[in-house]
Formats: sequence, structure tokens, C-alpha cells
Amino acid sequence: MKTYTYTEKKDTRSGFGAGLAELGRTNPDVVALCADLTPSLKMGEFIKENPERFFQIGIAEANMMGIAAGMTIGGKIPFTGTFANFATGRVYDQIRQSIAYSGKNVKICASHAGLTLGEDGATHQILEDIGLMKMLPGMVVINPCDFNQTKAATIAIAEYEGPVYLRFGRPSVPIFTPADQKFEIGKAIQLTEGTDVTIVATGHLVWEALEASKVLNEQGISAEVINIHTIKPLDEKAIIDSVTKTGCIVTAEEHNILGGLGESVARTLATQKPTPQEFIGTNDTFGESGTPAQLMDKYGLNSASIVEKALAVIKRK
Amino acid sequence: MPNTQQLEDLTTQVRRDIIRMVHKVNSGHPGGSLGCAEFLVTLYNEIMDRKEGFDMDGINEDLFFLSNGHISPVFYSVLARAGYFPVEELSTFRLIDSRLQGHPTTHEGLPGVRVASGSLGQGMSVALGAAEVKKMNGDKSIVYSLHGDGELQEGQNWEAIMYAAAKNVDNIISTIDLNGQQIDGATDDVLPMGSIKGKFEAFGWTVIEIEAGNNIDAIIKGMAEAKAKTGQGKPVCVLLKTIMGNGIDFMMHTHEWHGKAPNDEQLAIGLAQNPETLGDY
Repeated sequence: MKTYTYTEKKDTRSGFGAGLAELGRTNPDVVALCADLTPSLKMGEFIKENPERFFQIGIAEANMMGIAAGMTIGGKIPFTGTFANFATGRVYDQIRQSIAYSGKNVKICASHAGLTLGEDGATHQILEDIGLMKMLPGMVVINPCDFNQTKAATIAIAEYEGPVYLRFGRPSVPIFTPADQKFEIGKAIQLTEGTDVTIVATGHLVWEALEASKVLNEQGISAEVINIHTIKPLDEKAIIDSVTKTGCIVTAEEHNILGGLGESVARTLATQKPTPQEFIGTNDTFGESGTPAQLMDKYGLNSASIVEKALAVIKRK
Repeated sequence: MPNTQQLEDLTTQVRRDIIRMVHKVNSGHPGGSLGCAEFLVTLYNEIMDRKEGFDMDGINEDLFFLSNGHISPVFYSVLARAGYFPVEELSTFRLIDSRLQGHPTTHEGLPGVRVASGSLGQGMSVALGAAEVKKMNGDKSIVYSLHGDGELQEGQNWEAIMYAAAKNVDNIISTIDLNGQQIDGATDDVLPMGSIKGKFEAFGWTVIEIEAGNNIDAIIKGMAEAKAKTGQGKPVCVLLKTIMGNGIDFMMHTHEWHGKAPNDEQLAIGLAQNPETLGDY
């Protein structure tokens, strides 16, 4: 089994900051907007190097989404930055009408997604954003897994014409994807080959899925781990090909199981290849205060839970 | 440049278009549309510096954003009669498979529309984004926007109004249609907003008032004054005092026709009060 190691941990939001800085140097059409959270979004380097292409909007996310939509008229590629909660739920109608329905080339970049925001608690920990965004017609939804992939995704979405939701987070997580790996929107990445169970994970749960696969391997169970960085459009073929070999699947995400990656996978399988499936995610609940690690343990978003669900789903074959 | 009589004739024809469109599908918003007919006719045919044809980016031409998208009948009529799409297409308003959706959208590719509107309060932010990009591009043209007075009850407007002044967006002219009416009644009964002029001024805007907002000469004069105030570090607001339902006597001075279509008899009366000038679609 292919194994993954890491020498460094970093936050995925820093991957966004690095990608944005790179775009600042390579793409003169890229502009950045922020609603008073530039240090949290790691936008400092872009701002320092391109002050004329940065727009501080203040604490006014609705206005930010509208301004971003307007900035596409005249040829700019706006990247908006705020927390995932304020980037989606707070401004759903602005995104819906002025960006998605209007087909505007806006990149909605959202940090501090999910439980791993930690101590700030449920007001700031959105677990519904993937669902909200994937329901919007034409919206691309991306949740990369580590620093390198977030940087690559940030750069890649500038080349794509159309609205994109890019979700990332605050905690330091292992860097295990290659720095030079090209990011292809909608193309799943198979991380390990396996025959007994498929584990598809997105965002911070991808590393947990790799950890789980090691534990399963020690128990003689061969797990195929797939990194689904793009939830929409979903790489249906990669999922179907994998379950054709393994016969069962576990989905893992730092998101409500209602409306998340798992549901998209379930719909794909129900219509094309009915397969036993277990879900890792929060279950119709808000988050709460705590350290990121405590929260991920309490809500079952870790490798131990993935192992448990894998063993359970194998029995259902 | 058209003379005032030509603009009057065009306005009369636009009024006919509006009530014929809403009558045909027994839905739509004639009241606010009629109230803004003179303004939009004048804006598109006298005030704005527009290029031939339509492209989304609109570089080096004035842009217009309709925030109160429910007055789509007047917007569509003015766009069609300014040459953006065939006037015959007005007959498809609100019908299945039409580019003329109930509220304006870019989704069906209708020339002249640069953003969807209808859900209120979003247009000024979009106009500001376009205005900021014009500055970045060294494009000296102006961004115009239109908003209902009732629409100012939406909070996003005040985020935009604050931003525009704070960031010296002085290439925007936002017009507020002060007809004093909204769906549930007079704005002063639904949610009195106090002095709109005072609020814009307090937020740092230059305010121009057009008292006779249904008079073409007054609109030309007021908008020229507004344009002269651009480029001076402050965003410009035009308070356009209009009569809802203007030009059709039984629709005037009431909110009753905000979102109601005339029946056959009412249509006939309205058309009789506005004889055909440029040819019906």
C-alpha cells in the first residue's frame, strides 16, 4: 500500500494566501476583496504587492458580493475573502442573484470552514456551506485538503470562467500532496489503491482517511482512498470505478451529512451503481466551542471514526 | 440628439408598450414602470454615452444598472427602442422560453442587461463594482443606476452608500425613484424613511433633486447637473420625484397599480390616452 508522510503542517488558508500572491504576480486581471479579515485570510502578501488591486470593503459582506459581481463587468477576476459562514449563508441571495444567476466570474474564497474554527463556536462554524453552494446552478464547489493543494486550487480557479466557491480552513494540517501537482477542477485524485472498501474524503478529512487506511491495512483490509477536492462537478466516474472494485464506500467531510459530499456520492451511486455507503460528517447539528481536535473527536470526524464506518460498511456488502 | 418632442413621442410609445406587455400576460408592474418612463427614455437617448451594439464589459461607454428589477417593462421597452433587440420581442414578455423574463436577467442573453435584478437592494453594489473597474481601466465614462425609494429599506443599500463615499467613487450617478409608494401602500405608512436627501448627504454623497421627475426638460437639466458633479471625489445621488402610473390617469398617484395588470377595458382607456407615435410592436 502506498503510504503518505509529512514533514510540515500548515493551514490551508495560507495555501490560499500563497496562491493569491502568485496570481498577483502572474495575472493582472485578478483583484481581491475582503470584508475586514485580511490577516485571517492570509491576503497580506497580495495586498502588499498589489495595493491598487485590493479592495477593503469593511464589514459588509452583501456589498462585497455585489461589488465583486460588478467588477467582472470590465474584465476583472474578483476573489472575495471572508469566513465561510459570512461568505455563504449570510449572503446567499446576493450570490444567487448577482453572481450565480448572472453568470459572473467571481471566486468566493472562504476560510474557517467547519468545526476546526474551534473556540469561536457555532456562530462562526458553518457546516452547511457546501450544501448551500452546490445547490446553486452553475456553481463550482472546491474543498482542497492541504496547503499545496489549496495554493494550486487558488491558481487554477483563476483560469476557469465562472463562479467558484473555494473552501478552506484555519488549523495546521499535514502537507502531503506534491507542491508541483497540477490542480484539475472536477478530477478526483486516487491516493491509495484498495480492494475492500472505498473511502472518499474532502478537505481536512483526506489526511484522516489516509491515517484510517493505514490502520485498516494493519487489520488486513485494503482501502482505496480518493481525494475529492471538487464536490461539484463531482468526478462520478472515479467513484463508480472504485466501488466497482471494492463494493462499498465511506464518505468523509467536515460538514453536515445533510447536503454535503456524501449526499452527492449517494445520489450518484443510487442512480448508477447502488452500493452500501456510510457517512462521516456532522449529523444535523450545530458546532460548539472547543479546540479543533476536541471538536473533531466529539463529532466523529477523525481516522478512528472512519475505521469504524469502514468496518461497518464492509459487513453490509 | 433627439429634441424634446421626439423624446415625448418615444415616451408615449413606451407607455403603450408597458401596458400592452403587462396586459397580455396579466402580470407585471406597470405603476413604477410608467413613473420612470420619461427618465429612462431620456437617460438612454439623451444622457448616456453608449456604443453601438452590446458587449458585457461596456468599456469606454456609460453603463446603466436597474436595481428595482420589477420595472422590467419600461426597461425592456426602452432597450428595444434604443436598438438593443427587436421591438417585436416585447410581445414575448414573461412568456415561456422568452429572453424577457419577469425580472431582468443576463441568463437568457438579452442584450442591454448586465446583471440580474429583482431581489431588491443589490444593484448599487454591482454598479459600484463596475464603477471601480472603470477607474482601474482608466475609463472616464459614467455608471448610472436606478433604485426604488421603498427599495432603500433593504440594508445592503446602506452598505453600498457608505462604501461609495468612503472610497470616493465619484463616477457613479445613482437615481432614486421617489414615487412615495410601495406594494403595501405609501412608503410613509409602510416604513417612513425620514429625509432621504439628508441621509445621502450625511453619508457623504452629492445630492441633486429633480422635482418634476416626469418632465423631460427637467430630467435633462437635472442629469446634466449630476454629470457635472462627477469626478469631484464624491458619489452623486439624484432624487427623482415621480408620479407612479404617470400618463394613464386612473393609474396615477396610487400604489394600486404597483403589480397589477389592466383588464381589456382599462387597457383601451390607457391606450386612448397615449396615441401611437412610433408604431406598436
